Amino acid sequence: MIYSSYEEKKSEKTLWFRREKQPKEKIKNKKLQIPEGIWVRCKGCKEIIYKKEIERNYDLCPKCDYHFYINAKKRLSLLYDEGKYTAFDENMLATDPLKFRDRKKYKDRLKEYASITGLKDAILSTEGAIANKQVVICAMEFKFMGGSMASVVGEKIVRAIEKCIAGNIPFITVSCSGGARMQEGIFSLMQMAKTSGAIGKLNEAGIPFISILTDPTTGGVSASFAMLGDIIFSEPRALIGFAGERVIEQTIGQQLPPGFQRAEFLLEHGMIDMIVDRRKMRDTLITLLNFFDKSPQNTPLPQNQK
Amino acid sequence: MATLDFEKQFIELDVAIREMQNLAYEWGDNVRQEYRRLKKKRTKMFNDTYNKLTPWQRTQLARHPDRPYTLDYISQIFSDFIELHGDRKFADDAAIIGGLAKLNGRGVMLIGHQKGRGTKENISRNFGMANPEGFRKALRLMKLAERFHKPVITFIDTPGAYPGIGAEERGQAEAIARNIYEMMVLRVPIISIIVGEGGSGGALALGVSDRLLILEHSIYSVISPEACAAILWKDHTKAPEVAGALRLTAQDLSKHKIVDEIVKEPIGGAHRNFDMIAHKMRRAIVRHLQKISLIPIEKLLSQRYQRYRDYGEYQEPTD
Ligand SMILES: [Zn+2]
Repeated sequence: MIYSSYEEKKSEKTLWFRREKQPKEKIKNKKLQIPEGIWVRCKGCKEIIYKKEIERNYDLCPKCDYHFYINAKKRLSLLYDEGKYTAFDENMLATDPLKFRDRKKYKDRLKEYASITGLKDAILSTEGAIANKQVVICAMEFKFMGGSMASVVGEKIVRAIEKCIAGNIPFITVSCSGGARMQEGIFSLMQMAKTSGAIGKLNEAGIPFISILTDPTTGGVSASFAMLGDIIFSEPRALIGFAGERVIEQTIGQQLPPGFQRAEFLLEHGMIDMIVDRRKMRDTLITLLNFFDKSPQNTPLPQNQK
Repeated sequence: MATLDFEKQFIELDVAIREMQNLAYEWGDNVRQEYRRLKKKRTKMFNDTYNKLTPWQRTQLARHPDRPYTLDYISQIFSDFIELHGDRKFADDAAIIGGLAKLNGRGVMLIGHQKGRGTKENISRNFGMANPEGFRKALRLMKLAERFHKPVITFIDTPGAYPGIGAEERGQAEAIARNIYEMMVLRVPIISIIVGEGGSGGALALGVSDRLLILEHSIYSVISPEACAAILWKDHTKAPEVAGALRLTAQDLSKHKIVDEIVKEPIGGAHRNFDMIAHKMRRAIVRHLQKISLIPIEKLLSQRYQRYRDYGEYQEPTD
């Protein structure tokens, strides 16, 4: 069962605010009517924080380092040298192969999310340099249908990998996705095989693949390329797993323990290499890329030497 | 015998026909005529229903409690089956079974989801929903097959990978990803057959193959109609409608070139004539296996890769 949990996620957010408004709260309602867009309540420490202060701080809570969501573009600008990169395969569009319609037409949903995000689908393929080393980064955009993977996302990942193989360039993904996109049905499921197969080609070519997981990475994305990184690391507290929390709770008939499926839980269970603070992410990449660098000064020492 | 809603009408009619059959000998031509009429009506109704099954009815047939399961096919089609257990890491998962067997005297590796018959067995088999150790056992057996150059045949029949606490702790996502990854490069021919439910990632984790066959009333989907209805329609009772929207039937999958062949079922479904469906499946497996066994492995692997590389539909307007 793969879930595109963006619908759930949306309602979670509203739920969170609703919960705050309940009269049980010690603080009176009046105090909570914070002008939207200027102040936000931190999900980590529940403090009310000046939004500008968060934005100045890599979108982290200045009190508790809670990592707020950032969009794919902002993410990329934090990773590349001087925040500069070139996007490719930008014009690729979904075609609605199933003529899918739920309460809305899939085609209309696509348009709606395109206007919200300024992207044509849930991923940005980019190339540029990190500490002067060329890299390709595919960053997923959660605000586009929950970062769900369907034909366009799969094809763009595979093409990015092909570019890496052709140019001997390290490959990096930043996942942020509820999983496979229901609206493209079986085609979305097949993207799991398509992207995983391409990772196989990348491995065969001896090119490093660094998989960065952010909140959330679940379903068909975690169960394919995202979990196949040579190095896998996550932002603190990111939700990472296969099944959605609600599905598990319904299946087992009990509430999940706190911290379940969070990055720290995955680290403890041996599923990821490390947890990296957003402020350290670029530096961590630089260190890793340096390690994997194939240039002459980094080639293995001749045998019999130490 | 379990009965689906739309199977009930035939059972009622069958009872009426049987009663009349007894009477027909005692009463005259009138009853005999009525008997013939009823029998004709039954045949027509039966054919009409099964020739025009809705996607939801097919979904129900795919999940029919009397539907033949993996071990049924194994015992009917193959000989000398020896079941092998465990992932050598954590446990043996009864939701996935596997082992060595012979087909026409040649060794093959068989792996498949296994649902239980009845409540007790279903609990031990977890309704065919595998934990990571199930997928890792499957991978261990595939690697074993690879070392000894035995083709792999997988049977797919699962509602999905198990969504549980232990499953997440032990890396359900990684286990599925790893199987998909390894099946893509496994250096022996792979045939997969969807015999019942092809539920999402849990199905794909046994389903990356050179040839994908599907029984006429089996399904394969990214998400169950119920779960999809609950998320997108906020109403799980919309599942019958959603089954149509998801295009999960064998016929839709064939149209989209996801499956290579539909194995036709006896009218009424595989459970109504097991010998017949097993016979047909055997023939299909043998035919496909003969063909792909002749393809040099490097070529087979590049065809396998290309097959999945090509899945997806998109457009690229130039501006
Ligand atoms: Zn905070």
